Parts: sequence; structure tokens; C-alpha cells
Amino acid sequence: MKAFTQALGAAQRPSVIWMSFQHCTGCSESLMRSGSPLSDRLTVENLILNFISLDYHETLQVAAGAAAEDARMAAMKANFGKYILIVDGSVPTAENEWWLAVNGHSGLSLLHEAVAGAGLVLALGACATFGGIPAAFPNPSKAMGVSDLMDKGMIDKKPLINISGCPPIPEVITGTIAYYLVNQAMPPLDALGRPLVFFGKTVHDCCPRLDHFNAGEFATSFDDDGARKGHCLLMLGCKGPDTFNACTTTKWNQGTSSPTQAGHGCIGCSEPNFWDKPGGVYGFSSGFKTGDGTCAAPVLPSLPLI
Amino acid sequence: MSTIVIDPVTRIEGHLRIEAETDKSGVVTSALSSGTMMRGIEIILKNRDPREAWAFTQRICGVCTVVHGMTSVRAVEDALGYTIPTNARHIRNLLMGSQLVQDQVTHFYQLTSMDWINVVSASQANPTTTAELQKCHSKWPNNTSAYFESVRQKLANFIASGQLGLFSNGYWDNPGYKLPPEMNLMLFAHWLEALEWQRKVLRMQAIFGGRNPHPNFTIGGVACSFHMAPNAAGILVPAPGSTGVDQAGLDLVQSCITDMRNFVVQVLRPDVLALASYYKDWFTRGEGVGNFLTYGEYPQDDNADLAKNLFVPRGAILDRNLSNIQSVDLRKTDEVQELIPSSWLGYTKGKSIGLHPFQGETTPDYTGPKAPYDKLDASKPYSWMKTPHWKGHHMEVGPLARVLVMYGKRTASVRDHVDSALKDLGLSFDAMYSTMGRILAQSIDTHVVADQLQVWFNQLTANVAGGDFKTHNAAKFNPSTWPASCKGVGFTEAPRGALGHWVTIDAAKISNYQCIVPTTWNAAPRDTGGKGGPYEMALLKHTLAVSSQPLELLRTIHSFNPCMACAVHIMDPRQDETLKVTVCA
Repeated sequence: MKAFTQALGAAQRPSVIWMSFQHCTGCSESLMRSGSPLSDRLTVENLILNFISLDYHETLQVAAGAAAEDARMAAMKANFGKYILIVDGSVPTAENEWWLAVNGHSGLSLLHEAVAGAGLVLALGACATFGGIPAAFPNPSKAMGVSDLMDKGMIDKKPLINISGCPPIPEVITGTIAYYLVNQAMPPLDALGRPLVFFGKTVHDCCPRLDHFNAGEFATSFDDDGARKGHCLLMLGCKGPDTFNACTTTKWNQGTSSPTQAGHGCIGCSEPNFWDKPGGVYGFSSGFKTGDGTCAAPVLPSLPLI
Repeated sequence: MSTIVIDPVTRIEGHLRIEAETDKSGVVTSALSSGTMMRGIEIILKNRDPREAWAFTQRICGVCTVVHGMTSVRAVEDALGYTIPTNARHIRNLLMGSQLVQDQVTHFYQLTSMDWINVVSASQANPTTTAELQKCHSKWPNNTSAYFESVRQKLANFIASGQLGLFSNGYWDNPGYKLPPEMNLMLFAHWLEALEWQRKVLRMQAIFGGRNPHPNFTIGGVACSFHMAPNAAGILVPAPGSTGVDQAGLDLVQSCITDMRNFVVQVLRPDVLALASYYKDWFTRGEGVGNFLTYGEYPQDDNADLAKNLFVPRGAILDRNLSNIQSVDLRKTDEVQELIPSSWLGYTKGKSIGLHPFQGETTPDYTGPKAPYDKLDASKPYSWMKTPHWKGHHMEVGPLARVLVMYGKRTASVRDHVDSALKDLGLSFDAMYSTMGRILAQSIDTHVVADQLQVWFNQLTANVAGGDFKTHNAAKFNPSTWPASCKGVGFTEAPRGALGHWVTIDAAKISNYQCIVPTTWNAAPRDTGGKGGPYEMALLKHTLAVSSQPLELLRTIHSFNPCMACAVHIMDPRQDETLKVTVCA
């Protein structure tokens, strides 16, 4: 940590290129929700002013059009082989490749070029990780996520971290970036390429309604007597038991609440193909998986005070 | 004559391309607006459970993360004749209202302000003079010289690092930037504060919806319950609990509402007025088509017809005629229609007709370039967007439309805000029809909704205190209670304007789902007669101070608050008709 702080004083901030494809901007909105009071260091303003150089981000950057593209190309050239590429959104392919174009280039060709020079690729959100909603049945645009594109050889294979969720939890985004900056290494990942520290437990494992599940107490309708008492939402379609994410530990909006805490079943948005689970959002979840068995909130990687 | 291309248009939601033709003297003579991304959410919706359409349509846009969920549950409820409890109405109003206030403040600072403020100049400001700027207009506690000096120092260090990040390649030497350094510093400081403010105040959405972005919705009401327990007198009151809305949650909501309103009144409103006073020439350009449309929002009672009593009324204005606010019927097939002469889409009866969304069909038919391109051809289809019309007219939607409809309908608060702002600026009412008029209208729209949040919250807590805890009506949640076939329309006023979803349900499954979203109205490509949509018309007559820097065009485009997140149109193979969902709020 000390070495990092010293290096930071002398060296350049690492270049981050954030590119958006078939996206809804929910991942960028989530980034903007990260921070105090849960963690006063993991804010977007602290990251971009002190720790990274966010050299391209269509939603937030000042430059537009040619000036924006020039900034991206200059940053990619100056930091070739080193920059962190953050991707949100899926990419349309095959005969539908031109269902996305930016500055007269197809989304796929832009991603191909950007991945080639990246030191690390961070796939953010359901769409960039596993295809997300554009890839839900019957996947009209032939959309694919980053890992599938790498597996099929359509873009280069590079070190890849998947941060899933629709959108991902704010501090899971910033915490993963902070981990990489502080440790200069990828965090331990699960079989789907997700940081274990955030995706090691199921939503059910740590749900505030868990005691009622264990007691066999279930809500059978929204706002029924059981729902008002905090009973388990499994009968209302909750996918918490087979969804790995930190919603019930880190929680949302700086630790305020989570979807199941606030009364709706988990829709399973951090798992591959969750839009196509048999039975849909309100169908019964049959898969029970077990996480690491603990429910302490993940310790967020800490950035040095500037 | 030359072509100016802006692609990507940044500081918006989604993928937008603008091309503008200029004559010899550099004046814009025609403009083209193209949506360049499509996903196909509607074929994905087909045959799914209508109760979960909110979750799918919510992903149309993560910026307007409340509005599609809300419109979707309303469309399904309208189809089923499904009413919601009083508390659910108040909670939905609070979710919608807080989304609008947060989104419009974020739009002004994070997405718009850099068209007008110069961060390089801000780093050279005198902080003491900066602190004097709003002394007479605002009680905002951060407006002190020590605070502004800390921000200035932070900014100066950042610039000195040589890595400008988000600010790199800005047009910082453009003579179009007119603010003195102190104004630039104040507004940059508030750019930073707005980032902190938005994440803090949106915690209220986690209380009612579990998270933001993408909070919970459900048909029949809201998913959250009140966590109740008897007090000393044996009366049920919101009580501490690990789930549900408890007293601590309600207290947090109250503090968020207070913080929302304080920022709007003490920071946003004075900032917009101060900014406008330096850019009065922008009250004379950037009008779109002179026609305005609202669907209305915030039901004020439990009438089954939501449109009966709305805080923001429904209405249409043609040719700036505010004395004749026309009524709008979303079901009448000759009112709202979509055309496709300029779209990469087809209709079975050809590209020359318009279709009401209940009859809508859309077949993707990409005829654009399939190799890297420099220019699109306006004489051929050039956008994934359709062209919506109301009674044959292009219409502008959004905050300016809302403010004009409320002004025309004599909503007292709106008239006071508009009249006093124009008086302060020494401008006549016609100034509203402009780029800066749109920005001013957005701040007024934000103010009246921020005021109203407290009213809805008081109504909610009073209703609960009166013993009504109900948040969900279970009567029609089970599809076995539904008719074999039905259809409905849901509406809202998203921050960016009128949003509608039209759903057809057969045998408890979605057979047709269509959305017409605000940016479809504003970013519409040319209609059958070749007339451009609001963006395209608004850019006419603009001139650039520096020909390689389209700053002036960005100012006007950003004033509409574009949100492109999709123009998604898909064929329904079973019925050989088209399902479509257009875009994001």
C-alpha cells in the first residue's frame, strides 16, 4: 500500500477506457451511486480525480464526436498493453453486427481494437458479462458478452474480470477497481470470473428474511400478513437461493437496503441467462446453492487517503 | 458548404449521431439525427408473463430507471382494470418525483453544464469573489471562500497533473465560453457537489424499491410493506424491523426529500438563473417545432382513470398557442401514430403509412452502410428511430412542454416561477422557445416537483397514521382471474417527457408490447413530407464560432436531454405482425 501511494505521487494515474455497447447506462448510474456513507473513498469523484485517468466515458466526458474519439485513440496509444478497458453492454454480431455503430464503425470492430491493447478487461453488468437482456431468448441481435467473444476468438483473449448484476452493486464496481489498483493484480475469481469476495455468497445465505425461511414462514402474496412480518419471499419467485451476489451483505445505495429486504423477490440478475429461468420472475426457484457460509459484509478494498 | 459530424454525441444516454450541413457562411441549413443502436427487447417480451414486463422494460434505460417500470405496470393494470391502494399511489409518486428531481439535477450539472462552463478558467478564479456571487440569492452553506479555494486547488492540481481524463480535448479555448472565472469555479464546485448529492438523496428509492438503479415494481401496487407493531397505546405504527418500511426508513425518506429540495432551491435554481444571465443570446435560438405534448403524471386521487386528476396535466400545444391546450387520447387511432419513412424498419403496407401503437408493426430492415462510413444519406432511411406524430405533427416533449402546458393551464406555481425568472432576466415570454428556455424550464419543472415530494410524503404518512397500511391489492395478481384477451396503455412523464407503453395480453401472455418514448419524439428523423423532427429543426440557423468545434450544436442537443437507449423493433413471427419497443425515456 505504501509503495502504491508513493508511486501514485510520482507516476501517472492508470488510464481507464470505458466503452459502452448495447447498454442502458444503468452500470454508469450504479458507478455514480458508490461511496459515502458506506465508504468515503470509493466515490466516482475520488477515483477520477485522484486514482485513475478516465480517458473515455461517453456519458460523462466533456469532449464529443471527433474530439472524444481522438482522446480515446491517444490514450490507447500512449498506454498500449496497459490500460484498463471497462466494457458495459453486449455486442451484436454476425449479420446484425451493424445494429450498433459509433462514429461510423461497428461496435464489434471498436471492441476488437480496444481489447487488443488492454492490460485488463473489466466486463461490467449482465450484458457485458453474460449477454444480458439483448441476449435473452430469442436474442434478436445475436448479442454476446465479452467472455463469449473471447472464447470464440472474435476478440483477443486478455485478463478478464466479470462484474455481473443488472446493474452491479456500486461498491462492487469501485471495490474491484480499487483492489486492482492497490494490489496490481486480479482478485481471486469464481468459476464465472467474478471476484469471490463479492460473489462468494448467495443472496439467500444472508437475507434478512432467512430466519423465517428456516422456520418455514413464507409470504404468499405481496403485502399479506407474512410479507408485513418479513417472511421469506420464495413463494413469490425469489431467486435468492441460486444467485451469488452481495445484495444482502454490502446492500444497495450505501448500505441502505436490498431488493429482498424491501419486499420483492430477487430476480437473479447476477447469474447467466437469468431472464430465461423457467417460470420467469414470479416462478418458483428450484435450485438451492450454498455459498461460503458466512454473512459478514465484504471488507471493501481501501484506497489511500489523498 | 460542409458537413459537421458529431458521433458519438457524448454526455447523453446512449448512441446518437448528428450531422449538420452548413452553407458558405457557416450557418446550419439542414441537420440529421440518427439513433445508431438497437437491441430487440420486444421480441424478447413476447409470450412472457405480463407481470414481469416491468423488469424487462426497465432495462430499456438505466438512467430513467423508474419510468419504464412504472409505465409498464400501469399498462398491464390498465388492461386488467386493476386498481392500486392509496399508499401505493403515494409511494409511486414519490419514486417518480424523486427520479425526476435527481435526474434533472444530474442532467444539468453532469451532462449539460460543461457546454457553458470552462474548467480551465475555473482554476484561475478568485475564491473570495466566488463566494460573493450567490450571497443574495442562496443560503447554501458551502458557498464560502474557503470551500471554493479548496475546490480550486483540487482542480488546479488535477490540471497540473497533465492528465485531464474526462476533461481532455474539451473546447476550452472556444470563444463561446463567456463566464468569468468565478462563475466557472462556482459551477464546477456544484458539478462535484451534485455527484455527492444524487447518491445521497436516492437512498429513499432503496427504502421503497430495494435499490437504485433498477428498483422493484409490481402490478397491483408496490412490493414493499409497512413493518408495523403496536405502540404503548396498542395502536399499530411503523416499527423497527429488518425488512419492510419501518420508522427509520420513513425518517430517511424525509431527510432525502429535505436534501433534495434544499439543493434544488439553493443551488440549481440560482445557478441556472446566473448562467442564463451570461448567455441571453441563447434565448433566441434552438426552438424545435413549436408544438408540445404531455401525457401528464402524478395522480392526485384514486380514480380508476389515472388521467382524470394529474398534478402535471396532459395536453397538446400547436404553434405556440398556449390559450388552446388540446386534449389528448392515447387510445384514439388517429392521434398518436408512428411513421417510418426514414427508419431502418418496414411495414407490411409500405413505408408511407402511419400506425397507432395498438396496430403497430415493425420489421427491422437495416439498409444503412455495412462498412465504416463518414456520412449518412438523408434521402434514404438513416436511423433506428421511428417518427412519431400527434395528429400529423412532430411534437416536442420534456420539461419545456410540461412547463408550457402548466403555464397555459394556469398552474399558479409555474406561472410565478416563469414570470419572475423572465422578469429578472429582462426577457419576454417568447424567450422560452429556445435552447436556454429549455434549460430554464427544466429547473422550474424540477422545483415544482421537489416542492410536491413533501406533499405526497405527508399524505402517505397521514394515511398510514390513520390506520391504512395497505400497499398492494392482491385481487388480480393471479392470471387465472384475467380475461382471455385485453389491452391497455400506460403513461408517464419521464424526465425527458411523455412516455407510453401499449400492451396486448392474450391467454395471460404478452402478444404485443410497444413503447413510444420521449427521445423518439424529440430525436425523430424526417417524416413522410420530409420535415425534420425537433432536434433536426432546432439546429437550423446555428453558426459555429470555430468550425472544428461543434460546441453550439451540442448546447442545443443537450438542452433536450437525449436518451437513446434503444430503438428496438421486432417482428412477431407467430402473428406475422410486429412487436416493437422504441427507446428510452
